[in-house]
Amino acid sequence: MASLKDLRMKIVSVKSTRKITSAMKMVAASKLRRAQTAAEAARPFAERMERMLGTLAASLAGQSGAPKMLTGTGADKVHLLVAVTADRGLCGGFNSSIVRATKAMAADLLKQGKIVKIMPVGRKAREQLRRDYGQYMIEGFENLGRKGVVFAEADQVAEKISTLFDAEDFDVCTVIYNRFKSAIAQEVTRQQVIPFPVPAQATKADAGAKAIYEFEPGEEEILADILPRNLATQVFRALLESQASEQGARMTAMDNATRNAGEMINALAIKYNRSRQAQITKELIEIISGAEAL
Amino acid sequence: MADKIQFELVSPAKLLVSSPVDMVVVPGTEGDFGALVRHAPMITTVRPGVIVVHDGGKVSSSIFVAGGFAEVNEERITVLAEEAIPVGDITAELAAARKKAAKDALDDAKTDREKAQAQRLILIAEALEAARH
Repeated sequence: MASLKDLRMKIVSVKSTRKITSAMKMVAASKLRRAQTAAEAARPFAERMERMLGTLAASLAGQSGAPKMLTGTGADKVHLLVAVTADRGLCGGFNSSIVRATKAMAADLLKQGKIVKIMPVGRKAREQLRRDYGQYMIEGFENLGRKGVVFAEADQVAEKISTLFDAEDFDVCTVIYNRFKSAIAQEVTRQQVIPFPVPAQATKADAGAKAIYEFEPGEEEILADILPRNLATQVFRALLESQASEQGARMTAMDNATRNAGEMINALAIKYNRSRQAQITKELIEIISGAEAL
Repeated sequence: MADKIQFELVSPAKLLVSSPVDMVVVPGTEGDFGALVRHAPMITTVRPGVIVVHDGGKVSSSIFVAGGFAEVNEERITVLAEEAIPVGDITAELAAARKKAAKDALDDAKTDREKAQAQRLILIAEALEAARH
């Protein structure tokens, strides 16, 4: 049985852990608010970009010579998986759920005889995927969004993806990230960005006689311009969502940790009091029985 | 003029402007164009330059954009801009700094892609400088 001193020390240590986790929880909560606002503010751009692209794609439908980024290379052989995680841990299942989804998808694709490449975005993705899928890994990104995600960072990632695509290094590109549902719930999302899936309802609505758009310069020039932009926008959105999810996940995880630490302290305190009482009783019995023996 | 056109200026980070105005003059790649209500639907690319918003018979605001896309239809004009700065906020230092950064990028550029990128930055910086006058 642990001595009283050991128990006391243990209580002190759990208390200081609780202080740290509760501070982390509060930091995450304030960061969450900021990240959430940023993610929401970015939605209009992505929505309008999508609408415009839908219109363009609809008017180009059936014509040849559409850019490859929209229609794909025609092949379905090499898949690029972009796994978006955080740089840090201590946020519950946030990172591992992305890693698990990536592994599952990679295994599935490999089984179908396809070639898989993995681009890790975030330190945790690289660390956790390195062991099993190290040979498929290509260079990725770290330290994104330290001070809030900015568009330039998303642009870098998109630039890299499109460079690879132009070099015909892959046919299909999917981004795997945590979509922010609420502060306590994230949803692992697989979004295909190349070839870009044209939203079905947009194609239908705009293909009608309702709006016949004029294009300046031509459809193809605009498309060639807009597609890389759209890629950057999609990546940007994924990064923002992931950032908000990370803070949400960390907040929940730290909240749980704080609560567990509290429970542990209570249990330890009871144990401490009982053993202290037991020791006192024992001493009393010793004194009394010593006196009686005389 | 009772009818107004809904003008929306959106950057990747947020919705910057969304208000009904009389007319918007946008620097399209193939020339500036003014969009009023009931404009024929069109989609165009936007070159770096200044968007001038006319409302109530005068220029209500002018905003510099570093390129992007514009979609016009009967009741709405949406401009997707990568970057937008109100013209009043542009300073000589800002323009000069941007230009220098762009030139440095061109000097450092190795691949064609990087060169094209730097070339584009220079165009933006020049447009920024011109917008000040």
